[in-house]
Amino acid sequence: MAVAATTEAGARPGRPGRRLSAPAWVGTVPFFAYVGIFLLLPTGIVLYNAFQNPTGGFSLSGLKALGNPEIRGFFWGSIELCLVSSLTGAVFGAILAYAVASGNPDGVVRRLYLAVSGVLAQFGGVTLAFAFLVLIGPVGLLTHASWYLDFPWGIAVIYAYFQIPLMVLVFMPAMDGLKVQWREASENLGASAWQYWRHVGGPLLAPAFLGAALLLFANALSAFATIEAWENQIAYVVPQQISTVLNSEVGLANVNEADVLALGMIIMVAIVMTGYALLQRRAARWLR
Amino acid sequence: MRSPHRNALIGLTALALLAAGCSSGSSTSASGTTNWATVTSASAGGGMSALVAAAKKEGTLNVIALPPTWANYGAIISTFEKKYGIKVNSANPDGTSQQEVNAIKQENGTAAAPDVVDVGQAVALANTALFTPYKVATWSSIPAAQRDPSGLWYEDYGGYMAIGYSSKFGTITSLSDLLSSKFKGAVALNGDPTSANAGLNGVMLANLLSGGTPSDISKGVDWFHKLKQAGNFNPVSATGATIKAGTTPVVFNWDYLNLPSYVGVSNWKVFVPPGVPLGGYYTQAINKSAPHPAAARLWEEFLYSQATDGGQNLWLVGGARPVEQPAMTSNGTINSAAAAKLPPVSGTPVFLSQQQATAAANYLSANWQSAIG
Repeated sequence: MAVAATTEAGARPGRPGRRLSAPAWVGTVPFFAYVGIFLLLPTGIVLYNAFQNPTGGFSLSGLKALGNPEIRGFFWGSIELCLVSSLTGAVFGAILAYAVASGNPDGVVRRLYLAVSGVLAQFGGVTLAFAFLVLIGPVGLLTHASWYLDFPWGIAVIYAYFQIPLMVLVFMPAMDGLKVQWREASENLGASAWQYWRHVGGPLLAPAFLGAALLLFANALSAFATIEAWENQIAYVVPQQISTVLNSEVGLANVNEADVLALGMIIMVAIVMTGYALLQRRAARWLR
Repeated sequence: MRSPHRNALIGLTALALLAAGCSSGSSTSASGTTNWATVTSASAGGGMSALVAAAKKEGTLNVIALPPTWANYGAIISTFEKKYGIKVNSANPDGTSQQEVNAIKQENGTAAAPDVVDVGQAVALANTALFTPYKVATWSSIPAAQRDPSGLWYEDYGGYMAIGYSSKFGTITSLSDLLSSKFKGAVALNGDPTSANAGLNGVMLANLLSGGTPSDISKGVDWFHKLKQAGNFNPVSATGATIKAGTTPVVFNWDYLNLPSYVGVSNWKVFVPPGVPLGGYYTQAINKSAPHPAAARLWEEFLYSQATDGGQNLWLVGGARPVEQPAMTSNGTINSAAAAKLPPVSGTPVFLSQQQATAAANYLSANWQSAIG
């Protein structure tokens, strides 16, 4: 996803070409085959199953289940966690990106931050949860932090560990696109720092910032292993409840409900990613 | 839990086995041997030696969700392999009962499908259509209440809910001890009670000790709410690793999963609260489309064997109470040294009926979230 965020800025007109021996679309076959098998097919199966009743006939009862207060509770849990986690990640990540971007563009600090961010943005799952557990968990080496178990703030702090670096990565191109000349021009016209950010920097960065925040939102939505290892005896968010209804051995297993929950998540992701694409298009207007 | 690569490898192996099975299958049926897939007892199929020969010919047994350290399953599997020269494929050892029946459905018809399952009572009763009846030679030693009359399922081993704890807390003598401040962030269940059977029974234990009845688990949920308010509830799912690391110093779990020998921690104590011991048994069943029908039946014969190295005594060595323990105690085949090591239990045992377990699950589904969240 971080790659997708940067390619638009780097798009170049194609080379005037020699003729290729194979049609150009052949090159896209592996990509579309991969997307088809691992994204479209599972999505299709979930959609198909979500509109079935347990005996296999077409039914809208699954959709009605989305209105059930218990199920809505898991979606509120997910939304709450994703909002808290994406906003904190976006704010701190943007500040960090600004600090790094205003330094030497070829300096060691910048390269170090980007490399470390690239690694930490991928650091999640059981490993991350266990690291926090050992450090500040119920009998942590450092301390027993009781806030650590609060939902959503405790888990949001853990998510920040990969959300902030991801924000640095996806927000960096926007920060780099902020030309020094604009700042100089506004200072020459007598603008204060506040006026510059209020009328120039802020509006320019807003679409990119919101787009990146949406990406972080989607990232937090799908995270499962971290929260499951952190808080296993109760389900707060949708992915946990999907696991419960798939695996419950006390008689609450219900594959249809899992499909309906997954359908709800697909709808959420579709909304978020549409917003992301629109904002990204707007941000790309001046990033070239 | 398993890597996709390993799954792919198993899939390929399964295809290869399937191909091999198809080519040899026609010759065996032509020679007129027993079709073990429909046989309901060893004697009906021509006796134990015929069963052993047929199982050896199949050469493989697929089991699922059997952790090697759980109730001595590691030793049980290796003893079976050595005794009969049959390879045991153990899939998804940390899986849940529901994942076992999911695997039967999803892998139906492949050589990788589980031959036998070891599941909780609720899952067994909800999925009898997937099983085939079989009665082991020691059928009469299984108490009538703990088996299906037609042989679709039969309980195998069980235990009592116990509170295991680190000896740094001194000695626990009652449930209310756990509400005191020295247990801050310490008390854990073995899994989400809306999902894991051991978790549900942990809440039920607190319920019974707080004056609740098996039909109404609400007092147990209230107790855990108090535990949470006191700051003593620990939401990390307890495993051997978390106990060793000291992350879950107090754990509600079955006594055989709570023994110092199982947990691997020497300063670990087990407390089965007196008065209302809450018991629970797991259940064996054979997949009706088992890819290795003879090996599946031989496995059951082995598990219910009362021999010194049979499944019943091996479970006992692992701290679990085998279902034939009363019969074996009276006929003298029990490993009495292992039996003497079981934690003492006093009072009339409570076993949840299907209705009680379902009522508890439904109550938890609606109320656990708000009590602990």
